[in-house]
Amino acid sequence: MLTKTIAIQNPSGLHMRPAGLFVKTVTPFQSEVLFGIRGGEYNAKSMISVLSAMVKSGDEIELRISGTDEQACMDAVVSAIESGLGE
Amino acid sequence: MPSCRPLRAGWGSRMDQHTVLTGIGISGGIGIGRVVVLPEFDFDTSKQKADPEEASRFLNAVAALSAAIGQKQETAGAEQAEILESHMMLLGDPSISAEAQRIIEAENCNSEYAVDQVFETYAALFLASGDELFAARAADLRDIKNNLLLILDGKALFDVESLPPGSVLVAREVTTTVAAGINPDNVCALVTREGGATSHTAIIARSLGLPGVAGVSRIEAGSQVIVDGNRGKVILNPTSKVLETYRGLQEEQKARKQTLEAYRGLESVTTDGKSMVLFANIGLVTDIAHAVAADAEGIGLFRTEFLYMNRSTAPSEEEQFTAYKQVATAFAEKPVIVRTLDVGGDKEIAYLGIEKEENPFLGWRAIRFCLERQGLFHTQLRAILRASAFGRVKIMLPMISCASELKRAKALIEEVKRELSAGGILLNQQIEVGIMIETPAAVLMVDYFAQEADFFSIGTNDLTQYIMAVDRGNQNVAQLCSVYQPAMLRAIYQVAQAANRHGIECGICGEAGADPLLTRFFIGCGVHELSMTSNAILGIRERVRSGRYEVAKERVAAGIHTLRDVEQAAAFLQSI
Repeated sequence: MLTKTIAIQNPSGLHMRPAGLFVKTVTPFQSEVLFGIRGGEYNAKSMISVLSAMVKSGDEIELRISGTDEQACMDAVVSAIESGLGE
Repeated sequence: MPSCRPLRAGWGSRMDQHTVLTGIGISGGIGIGRVVVLPEFDFDTSKQKADPEEASRFLNAVAALSAAIGQKQETAGAEQAEILESHMMLLGDPSISAEAQRIIEAENCNSEYAVDQVFETYAALFLASGDELFAARAADLRDIKNNLLLILDGKALFDVESLPPGSVLVAREVTTTVAAGINPDNVCALVTREGGATSHTAIIARSLGLPGVAGVSRIEAGSQVIVDGNRGKVILNPTSKVLETYRGLQEEQKARKQTLEAYRGLESVTTDGKSMVLFANIGLVTDIAHAVAADAEGIGLFRTEFLYMNRSTAPSEEEQFTAYKQVATAFAEKPVIVRTLDVGGDKEIAYLGIEKEENPFLGWRAIRFCLERQGLFHTQLRAILRASAFGRVKIMLPMISCASELKRAKALIEEVKRELSAGGILLNQQIEVGIMIETPAAVLMVDYFAQEADFFSIGTNDLTQYIMAVDRGNQNVAQLCSVYQPAMLRAIYQVAQAANRHGIECGICGEAGADPLLTRFFIGCGVHELSMTSNAILGIRERVRSGRYEVAKERVAAGIHTLRDVEQAAAFLQSI
């Protein structure tokens, strides 16, 4: 399993549009993609789970990725978050 | 407040009784048709024992809904497509479908119960967050839940697209999802129980060219109604006499429209050669076509707040640039005045985080908001300035009431210009920056602002409300809220005169621009440009071409300071 802590910089956090892009980025990978915040664990492949995490701007999330393509998946999601998730 | 009062149409039999419902006119015109009520959902979701085929029953419903959304996506515009896309994602979400299936299996229960449980759990979670943005997602979830329950109930999804011709659509509110399916050939009017003149429904109605009335309840499906969007009235079960009258009015309007066609392509010029410019007000990119078709000589007010409405995050620079460029290109060498974000007051946008205020019209709105939210403002200015390379784009700042606001906004514009130029991006370095005159402070300081701004545009709706100190929505004082008030006419006169003294242009962009009774007064004041709803343009052009500038100028100068009350002012306006 790979883990990495990363801050979400989107002005209104992980709202509909950035959350959608986040989910779309990880969905094609075979790996299980979870993330932790405030003691909870959420499924990054589920829009509803991502939204219910209520990630605000500046919050840090811990990505937990495990599976055969975990490295490629981590690279893709980190680059998507760093480039602002479409915003 | 909307009221309900039965009227006697005549002195004949009891058959002559109909009902007039009064609401708010949100889009002009007359529509006559049969009521179709958008269903409100009320389902039995109590826990029952599972059907032997319960699992596939659930999956079939999901598949059917997903197919229906997919079909809609093919024809939806960009705005609606985004919402449909998010519905699709929520429907296919593992937390939802897998969880519902788990409940059906574990509790051996019906799909209705499981669907209700899952969707309501998340909807409640989002609502409890206290965040308006998440609350909006709760509405999406319930939308999907209701459609799933409709399908499980064996009922057809309500399909706006297949309504019969002559339908009057009645709803609590017309959502974007519904609007995407409206075919203006079949729907002849919109009536909503909620919303007002600046609601999204109002914009949708105007953009589709449909008559609309808001704030009306108690209308039953199937009844025949007349929707009078000009006067904000809905007449239920009209008598044949009333129907005849309205059919006559409809014909008259049609005939008048035909007559006005003669003014298409003509100059807006008085008989003694004084030119006026007639612009259109627009709110959405889809309004461009209406403005062009109405023979607008440019855009006098592009209300950019609509780009920010009905969504969950602010539009990106790219998205705004595309919209502004589209308008600029459509009007080529004709001016396009883009008003920067005018939010606050009665225009709420949840994600911008403006808290509920005691006096929103006196609060944190328009330029006051933008100057504090510079990130947001910066993005919009970049987009407008980039679009300025593609046409005659001008920037207009709303709600200016003191010198520092204009100074700060202009400094920001200069900064963005430098930034774009340094990045090698083309723009119009000489872009004009004008201001809305809509506060009494701006009127009193008009000589100062005339030296600092490149043009003025008088926002008559807000200016009337602020000069008369009247809440437009309060029926007890509404009669004071008239642009014919002598104080208002003097304010307009002073602003236009100051603009002329300093050699800048002065326009009108409130509803008054479309009022033919005021046209000659504006001409006589020295106003250069009138901006209005597209379908008023040809009528006002007829009015401009029928008068003499020198006469209007003399009469206005002689009469303006003698006016005491609205009645006298109306007679004066008539005499110009």
